[in-house]
Formats: sequence, C-alpha cells, structure tokens
Amino acid sequence: MKKVAIIGAGPAGIEAASALARMGVAVNLYEKSETPLKNLQDKALLFPNFQAAQEVADELAGKLLTDGVSTVYGTDITELKWLGTEWKLFDAKGQTYVADAVIVASGYQVFDAHRKEELGYGIYKGVITSLEMESMIKHGRILNASGDEPRNITFLQCVGSRDEKSGNNYCSKLCCVTAVKQAIEVRKQLPKCEISVFYMDLRMWGQGFEEMYRTAQEKYGINFIRGRISEAAGTFDSRIQLKSEDTLMGLPLKMTSDLLVLMVGMEPSCGTRSIGVSCDICGDYGFIRTISPHLYDNETGRPGLFAAGTCKRPMSVWDSINDARSAAVTVKEYLDQQG
Amino acid sequence: MKIQAFPYNDFVIPFLIGTVLLFGIIIFKYIKWIRRFDDAQRAVIRSNWYLPWKVFPAIWEMLREGLLHVRILRKNLVLGIMHQAFALGWFLLIMVGAIESRDAFISLNHEQDIEYVRQLENQTGWSVKDKEQKKDPEQLNQRRYRVETESGPARIHYRRPFYVGIFYRYFVHEAPATFRLHRRYADTMDALLLYVFLGLTLAVVKIFYSRMMGMRRTTKHTIVDRFAKFSLWMIFPLRLLAESVTACLYGNGGFFTQAVGNLFDPMIVRGLETSLWMFYSLMLGVFFVTMPFTRYMHIFTELLLIYFRKLGMKESPKKTGYTYFELNACSRCGVCIQGCPMDKVLGNHEVQSVYLIRSIRNQDFGRRLKNIAENCLMCDRCTVDCPVGIDLSALRRQTRDKGPIDTIGNYSYIPDDKQPFNAMSRVVYFGGCMSHLTPGITQSMERIFQAAGQRYWYMDKDASICCGRPLRQQGFTNQSDELRRKNTEMIEKSGASMLVTSCPICYQSFKKEYDLKIPVMHHTEYIDMLIKDGRLKVRHDDRHVSYHDPCELGRGCGIYDEPRSVLSAVTNLQKTRYQREKSVCCGFNLGNTKLSVEEQTRIRNVSLENLTSKPVDAIATACPMCKKAFQRATTQYTVRDIAEFVAENIID
Repeated sequence: MKKVAIIGAGPAGIEAASALARMGVAVNLYEKSETPLKNLQDKALLFPNFQAAQEVADELAGKLLTDGVSTVYGTDITELKWLGTEWKLFDAKGQTYVADAVIVASGYQVFDAHRKEELGYGIYKGVITSLEMESMIKHGRILNASGDEPRNITFLQCVGSRDEKSGNNYCSKLCCVTAVKQAIEVRKQLPKCEISVFYMDLRMWGQGFEEMYRTAQEKYGINFIRGRISEAAGTFDSRIQLKSEDTLMGLPLKMTSDLLVLMVGMEPSCGTRSIGVSCDICGDYGFIRTISPHLYDNETGRPGLFAAGTCKRPMSVWDSINDARSAAVTVKEYLDQQG
Repeated sequence: MKIQAFPYNDFVIPFLIGTVLLFGIIIFKYIKWIRRFDDAQRAVIRSNWYLPWKVFPAIWEMLREGLLHVRILRKNLVLGIMHQAFALGWFLLIMVGAIESRDAFISLNHEQDIEYVRQLENQTGWSVKDKEQKKDPEQLNQRRYRVETESGPARIHYRRPFYVGIFYRYFVHEAPATFRLHRRYADTMDALLLYVFLGLTLAVVKIFYSRMMGMRRTTKHTIVDRFAKFSLWMIFPLRLLAESVTACLYGNGGFFTQAVGNLFDPMIVRGLETSLWMFYSLMLGVFFVTMPFTRYMHIFTELLLIYFRKLGMKESPKKTGYTYFELNACSRCGVCIQGCPMDKVLGNHEVQSVYLIRSIRNQDFGRRLKNIAENCLMCDRCTVDCPVGIDLSALRRQTRDKGPIDTIGNYSYIPDDKQPFNAMSRVVYFGGCMSHLTPGITQSMERIFQAAGQRYWYMDKDASICCGRPLRQQGFTNQSDELRRKNTEMIEKSGASMLVTSCPICYQSFKKEYDLKIPVMHHTEYIDMLIKDGRLKVRHDDRHVSYHDPCELGRGCGIYDEPRSVLSAVTNLQKTRYQREKSVCCGFNLGNTKLSVEEQTRIRNVSLENLTSKPVDAIATACPMCKKAFQRATTQYTVRDIAEFVAENIID
C-alpha cells in the first residue's frame, strides 16, 4: 500500500489525512507539538458566523481517528530528500521516515511584534497582540495592565504585514476581519468600553465580512480611524499614549488608551521556511511556492511533493480545509498514476 | 674679456612653455581661490600662518603625505610604494639633478678659470701661484681685473639656466675633469630613475591586477585624465632613452643608462639624440599643460591643503575657497571606492566620492551631479579612508544644499510650562526622534539616571523638536538652522550643565553643528563615566555580544572606546571582522533618501552577517536607527542598545 506523509496537524493536515485515508491510502501525520490544532485552539470564535473555534477543532480532531491515519506527535520535520522513487523525511532529532508522497501543511506563525519596537510591545504591559486579545476574549477576562476593566481599547491593523520595512509587503488578509470580530466581542463583554480601530484600508473580502463591518459601526458603535500609529509611549498610570494621524481628517492625533492591540500578520512558520529551503520550493517571503495558483495550486513542481493550507499564503480556516481536500485528490491521482 | 656661455637647444622650448603655463595657471587659480576664502578662513590664516607650532607640523605632514605617502603605505604596502615611487622618485630626480648640475657647472667654471689663468700666465709671463692666491685673493682679483679690462684672453663663464638639471646629460656631454663626483651622481640618478620605473611597473600591473594593491575596483577615469596619465607615463621611458643614447655617444651615463646605451650602435643613434630629447621635453610640456585641468592638479594643491588644514581651517556649509583646494587635492586614487557599501554591496559604481568630486570640478551640474550627490549613505566610510583627508561628507552636503527656503518655525505644540524646568536638574536628556521609536532605549536611560541619582530634564519626552541634522544632511540648511536656534534657546534657558543624548545623529549635531556652552555626551560616554566614577554599580552577565559601531558615533565622532568599555563591564564583548572605522553601515542611515528598502536591506544583511559571524547571544549597538534596522531583520538574535544591557544589569 502507498504511504503518504503529511507535515503538520492543523486544519489542512488533518483534513487531507482523513480524506486520503477514506480513499484507502495509509497516512502518517507528523506534528511538531504534542497536540494537534494548536493555532486553531488559540482562537475564541471564528468569523463570520461566530462559531466557537473549539467546536470546529473538536470535529477536526475527531477526523484523526479515521482508519489509516496514524499521527506522530513531537516530531519536527526539518528536511526532505527525494530518493528517486520516494521521499525521505528527517526530523530535528535525526530520525528518518520514508513516504511515496508528501503533503506540506506546516502552516503559519504570527509576526513577532517585538520587531516593531516603536509600538512598545514587550516594553509596556498595555500593548498586546491580537493572539493575546483572542485568549482574553476566550477566557472572558479582558483586563488592562493594572488588572482593571479597560475603559478604552485601541486596535492597530497591519502590524508586520503590508509593511515594507519589516520586509513583509503582502497583505495578511485576515487581520482586518479579525479586528472587527474582536472589537465586536469586546463590545459584547464590555458594553462601556470605548473601542477604536486604526486601519490603512479595511479589506472586507469574504462572505458576510462587509455586513460584520457595518454592524460593528452601526450596532456596536466601534470607532474606525484611518491612519497608522507612529509611536506608543507609556504613561505613569500604565496606560499607552499614542501618536497618530487621522488621514481622512488630515489632522495629527494624540490619544491615551488602556490597551493597544496589535493585529499581527501571518508569516510562514519556522517549519515551512526550513522545508521550503531544503526542497527548493521556497517562494516569496518564505511561503511555499506552487506551480500555478489557478490550475496547479497543490503541486510544488517536485515529484510527489504537495502543499496545502497556510504554508502557501495567508488563508482562512475554511480555505485551508478546502485546499487540503483538493490536495488529497491531487495526491491520490498522483499515486494512481505511479501505479 | 668675459664671455657668457649659455647652454641652450631648441628642444627646451616645449618644456619652457609647459612650465610657464603650468605655474601661470596654478598661481592664477590659487589666488582666485584664496580670494574666495570666507571670513573665518581668512581669520585662521591671518592669525596662524607664521606660528611655528602650526607651520612645522604642517611642513612635516606635507613631506610625509606629499612625498612618502605614509597613509597609503599603511593601507596597502604595494599601493603605497607605487604612489611613493612616483612622488618621491620624481621629486628626488629633480632635486638631485639640480644639485648635480650645480656642482658640475661650478666645476666647469673652475676648469675654465684654470684654463684662463694658464693662458694669462702664458700671455703676461706672470705666475699665479696657488700659494699666492690663497694668501691674498684680493690682490689676485685686482690683478685679474686689470688684465681683463685690458685686452686679455677671453674668459668663458658658463651660466646655468634652471632647466639644465632636467636635460643635464645632454648639456654636459663630457664630465668636467675637475668634477670627481660625476660617476656617483650619475649612478644615483639612475637609481632614482629605476625607483620611478618601479612605480611605473606597479601602475601598469594595477591596471590588470589591482587586487594586489588591495583595490577591488579602480577609478574609471575620463579621457582627459587618461591622456594626462599617458603623458606622465611616457616621460620616464623617453628620459631613459634620451639619456641612454647620449651615454652611448659620449659615455657619460650611470650604471643603468650606460648599460642600456651600450646596446645601441653609435652610428645609428647619432642622428636620433636631439629628437629623443625633444620628445622627452615635449612630453614634459604636454603633461605640465594638462596638469591644472586633470587629477594631477592634486600634486601641488594637496600640499597647500595640508598647510591650510594644519593652520586650523575647516569646511564651511557653503562653497568657499577652501572647498576648491579640497576638490583639487583629490588624486582620484580610488581608495574611497573600496569600502563603500554602495559599491561593495549594491554594485553602484557611479556615486563614490571620487566621482562626486570630479563632477563638481568638471562643473557637470544638473541631474548627473544631483544623482551622485543624493545617492550616498553619508556613512563616512570614505572620509576615514581618504589618504588626503578631504572632508567628503561636507562636500556632499554642500552639493545637496537646496538654497534658502523661507522657514517659519511653529513651536506652538510645545507647552510653555515645559521650558522653565526644575533648576535643580543638572543634565538635559535629549532622546531624539529616533529614540522615540525605540522606547526600550529611553526607558533604560531613565532607569540609569534614577539609579545614578542624577536629576535630569527629559527635554523631548512629550513634545520634541528635531536636532536638525537629518534636514542638514539632505541640504535643507536654513530649515535646519531654525531648529538649531530653537533647541539652543531651550537648552540655554534650562541652565543645565550637561547634555546627554541617546542618538548619535543628534550627538554629532549638538557636538559639531551647535555652539552650546555646555559639554555634550552620548549616553555611552555618559554611562562609561558613571561606571568609572562608581556612581553606577553593574554586574557582569555571561552573554556573548557583538557590537555594531554606528556610523555617526564611530566614524562621525570618533567614539569607539567608551561603548566597548561599557559593554565589557556588563557582558562578554566579541570582536568582529569589520569593526571601528571599518564597520559596515546598517543601511538605514538617514543620509540616503534615494535607496529602496530592498537595497537598504541588502546592505543591512551584510552588516548583520559581520556581526553574527562568530556565535553570539545578542547584538549590541548604540544608535536607535541601527537598532531598528537589525531588529526588523532578525528574530534569531536579540538586538539591544548598550543602555538596555546596562539597565538590565544595574545593581540597586
């Protein structure tokens, strides 16, 4: 029986694994950490329908029990080698595995906000990332630096994406809607809190996003300001003083906020980067390169090597899952051709 | 009767014309430039030109750099020998030639005197005894005079025009019998000629293999410069040929010219002698005429520049007479190209200082010059490398100058109550605009001030005014002056006794462009002082750290030791390959607004590679710009300012 290795047990990896297993292919799923779906489980609710991320995660985790899927945790695959008929996988501990085909689904990580020191992340307690906000929302404990209920919260878009100086010129695609979603969540939990979102432009590309954005303004009274925050400074009472410009009004702006939430962009994960380099399928910014986004979006150009999910570009959960199914079909076709 | 003999041949004419034109033109130019000195520069000359403690070091440096080329020798031995051979070799050829001809002509005239006295004795029957001559020369002279005025024998006296030294072997075919040092002089002159030939050979080798001289890339010269170079290079082979032919015919050569001369057939070369000397003279003439219009203008100008600089003259923001001396002192040697990150990393071979200076000199104003002037990081790497010591960044700033633009400062955003501050404070802390984008640095500094028990006024904490240097670097000189005026006013009003700044850009500005009455310190200097005075207690951790010298702090202000001393006190400092003067700019310098972020990133990566070539735990720097540049690049290494390392290690 043919064997397929899938790197990464996120939504894409699990979906591809179960799909292939149902088609009668043996799948080995390698995951770096000790549990699957790490990134997904950090989330509270998923846009646009505010479905609990845990629900989606549970259902996906259930698919791991499909016959033919065996999952190996704590295995960080760092290098792949094509042996002519099969792929050899090397993990960080030096162990090796073989497979007839490989799907790279090694996913993303968020931009390290320390790299933009002017925003004060890691220096002022009141500056947090969208991930930390997500976790606060999830646990229903939204607190400012002094441990009190915040009176005002400011979101800043495009931290580490669409940012030439950070080296990430691309749009991370999901932060706009995430900020809108988080702002609504915060409003639901803290009805009195003043919420502002600083944006460059809001890209409400998906189904239901535009409606969410509208509701956020009309129903939830969230204040959207076009402009970037140039610097953040701490005040004596552990609040954050922000300097910005309202580019629609054409006026400089100075305001103080309890919390500054940095909407950090998506970057290829460490695993994605190292696999990309070792197989020579490294595209722009370290994401995995595919042959063509239209017709061959799962093929990398190397025989038996496929990619699915956010290792290719920023993607939503449902896009990842769809992409994984398409990858599964593509792999199956490939294996059948090989005989 | 006394006959004046005057050695002359038509072939000296090209040389004479060349010499007259050369000195005529350069003296005209020098006078023009000196008249364009500004008041400060005039005052420097007026009060210092004669002071022995200024003049003697100047002369010493002129000899050292004009002839020996010590600075280039230190940079690269072979390159130094090449330059030295041309300068020192040719200079000595001229000097020794002059002395030789002088000695020879004294002997020649002495020979004539003896001959004359012999004829006199024959004619008059007098006997002029050596003894008598020694005893009473006056009497002898009187006697001679009497004979001369009467109809005595003709007495030939050889005059020695100044060009004789240049064409000596032709004019003195047979060495005078009384000139015993002839062989020794001839051999010395040959040795000197060979020395120049060594330089010539190296110069030819340099065309094909410049790496031998430590040059990755040599200057691309204009056609006029190449023509002048060709005429310079031809002078010496032609001289060798002319002297050898003369040696062949008359046997008056030294060990080398005679040996070469002996290879010729006297019957064949006899007719060539004058022509060869003519070619030699022609080449000299051609070179002299081209000299004031080519890079060889540096030969005399460099000496004057050294003199003026040693007197204490400086570049001013506007183009002055001194600027012309600097422009013309550039020999286009191309040393400035070697370290330039624009060339080395980005492969831009057109914007280096050598081309900037040439463009200004050739007066190709307009877009070409503008492009060269603007596309520079102002990292000062070339300034520290320049063997002539030209203030290259100042020249670039002058070229960038945008002229007077109406400026009204609007400082209404600075609340009045910010200005008269706590008079107990002794230190003004000026973080600088860039430090506002790296709050880690300013926070650490505040912590350090508190730990040292230092009262301070954080001048630009809430509302800040730029120090003005970024504007100045871009040529907005009078806007920059306006900011400087306001800052000076605020600092003076505060009554503080010291200014500490965290940004090397501000530091250089306050130190060199402002005229503050109080000492200015960069925070690395200040922390170093605190630690040495025992006011700040720090512990030593076990991190290994490499230090990046910021351009503005290191090459700009010469602060290399204090940051290292502070870092060694709190961590283990690692050496890197390119450090101190050789440090590579982080690429994100404010000096260049023409570069794309991608190009800046490429320079940054080279700099980063240098810092991480040895295993280190963290990268240290002392400039918020550099810190940001490296921070954006890497998540693998922590990037910290020195102040942050210190703040983390304070013992309370």
